[in-house]
Amino acid sequence: MTQREKAQVLDDVALDRALTRIAHEIVEQAAGEEVALVGIKTRGVTLARRIADKIAGIESAKPPVGALDITLYRDDLRLRAEQPVVRGTEIAFPVKGRIVVLVDDVLFTGRTIRAALDALMDLGRPRAIRLAVLIDRGHRELPIRPDYIGKNLPTSRRESVAVMLREHDGSDGVVILEPAT
Amino acid sequence: MAWKRKDLVSMQDVEAAEIRDVLDTAESMREIATREIKKVPTLRGKTVVNLFYEASTRTRTSFEIAGKWLSADVVNFSSSGSSAEKGESLLDTAKNIEAMSPDVVVVRHKASGAPALLARQLKCAVVNAGDGAHEHPTQALLDLLTIRQKKGHLEGLNVTIVGDVAHSRVARSDIHGMRKMGMTVTVAGPPTLIPAACQELGVKVSHRLEEAIAHADVVMMLRLQHERMLAGLIPSLREYARVWGLSLDKLRHCRPDVLIMHPGPVNRGVELAPEVADSQYSVILDQVANGVAVRMAVLFLLAGSAGSAAA
Repeated sequence: MTQREKAQVLDDVALDRALTRIAHEIVEQAAGEEVALVGIKTRGVTLARRIADKIAGIESAKPPVGALDITLYRDDLRLRAEQPVVRGTEIAFPVKGRIVVLVDDVLFTGRTIRAALDALMDLGRPRAIRLAVLIDRGHRELPIRPDYIGKNLPTSRRESVAVMLREHDGSDGVVILEPAT
Repeated sequence: MAWKRKDLVSMQDVEAAEIRDVLDTAESMREIATREIKKVPTLRGKTVVNLFYEASTRTRTSFEIAGKWLSADVVNFSSSGSSAEKGESLLDTAKNIEAMSPDVVVVRHKASGAPALLARQLKCAVVNAGDGAHEHPTQALLDLLTIRQKKGHLEGLNVTIVGDVAHSRVARSDIHGMRKMGMTVTVAGPPTLIPAACQELGVKVSHRLEEAIAHADVVMMLRLQHERMLAGLIPSLREYARVWGLSLDKLRHCRPDVLIMHPGPVNRGVELAPEVADSQYSVILDQVANGVAVRMAVLFLLAGSAGSAAA
């Protein structure tokens, strides 16, 4: 099924501003406690790195950034005809006792976050886990709620949201796609 | 993702892209071994049966740990003390086990082709954990993973396999796998232990150890089975060790960055001198650690998707 662009939601400037605001909110709420950012692969990791750079500009220290692969924790493995690719988790710091901020690009059903919570808990006992997403598009299937949101975006289920980042796609921006019929 | 197979029976069957899939997946699995809690819930509710008709410590334990770290239920069956001793045929035993709905059956058997037979007859996934002198695919995969980690790549590397190539299922699987990954393979050993039609597999043959190992990036020493001496294929263990054993002295013929590998269990002092087995060149224990990661990858690829249950 091919898709066509319906609307641009964020351009590069707005995307950067949203990340700046999230960084400030994380710093404010952490109130001096040790923070670590954990991005969900692949674009969540890139966003986590950018937020960490912004936090470094606000505070004196840059928080550590980890990468989480949730493939082994998915609840739909046996529903899929093809195996998803396992990309590996790289978290080089102990999560125990820290405030861990999970970072993802789009929050949709909440199932990815459910898997990420399980994956993170297996690595230790964080002091708290918070959730930062660039886009919250609604349609939750689980009781999961983000703490930091770049933009709330009401969508219909048949649409999809594409987050583009210059590290992967050459430029920054968020667009809504709809099926081309 | 190229993996679509129900079973893993031989390296001869699989393609380079599939090998790469397994190695990449295994690379991700290695991280789990470094955790305090070595368990992920991926194969929860899946059952893996280890059906071993031949003695094995490393391979069986490795499959068992791999299954358990992925949260599968692992059941071990060994032929001694079982219905096989009462005369039940392999197929009957397998059909009975299948009636208990396992998702993966891992089989080792002294008869070449036994896993292929089960793969055809059973609905669940079948993994060959060694069949006669035929193949041992997960060993080849863990060897490739170890080499790739140490050298950074596979293509273009020279590998020399030394010893009893004729009776070695490890050698056969390694040769198929390594050739597919673009490596050059030389086999070396006394003529009685090198199959006559060896060149058909695309390998070079050498009958002088010093010459065979001189340009090798990897030297794979095979285990010499004592039965071979009884069968008259070699004059004595001592002579074999002197001519074909890798000693510190002969190691000087190797490149300074050579990797020494062995599928285990090592006959110290026969094919491998103890000082070489414990030297900085030896990656034998890395092979064992990678064995768990490779078997996790194989179980994940075979049992994780809907394909295995529905097939």
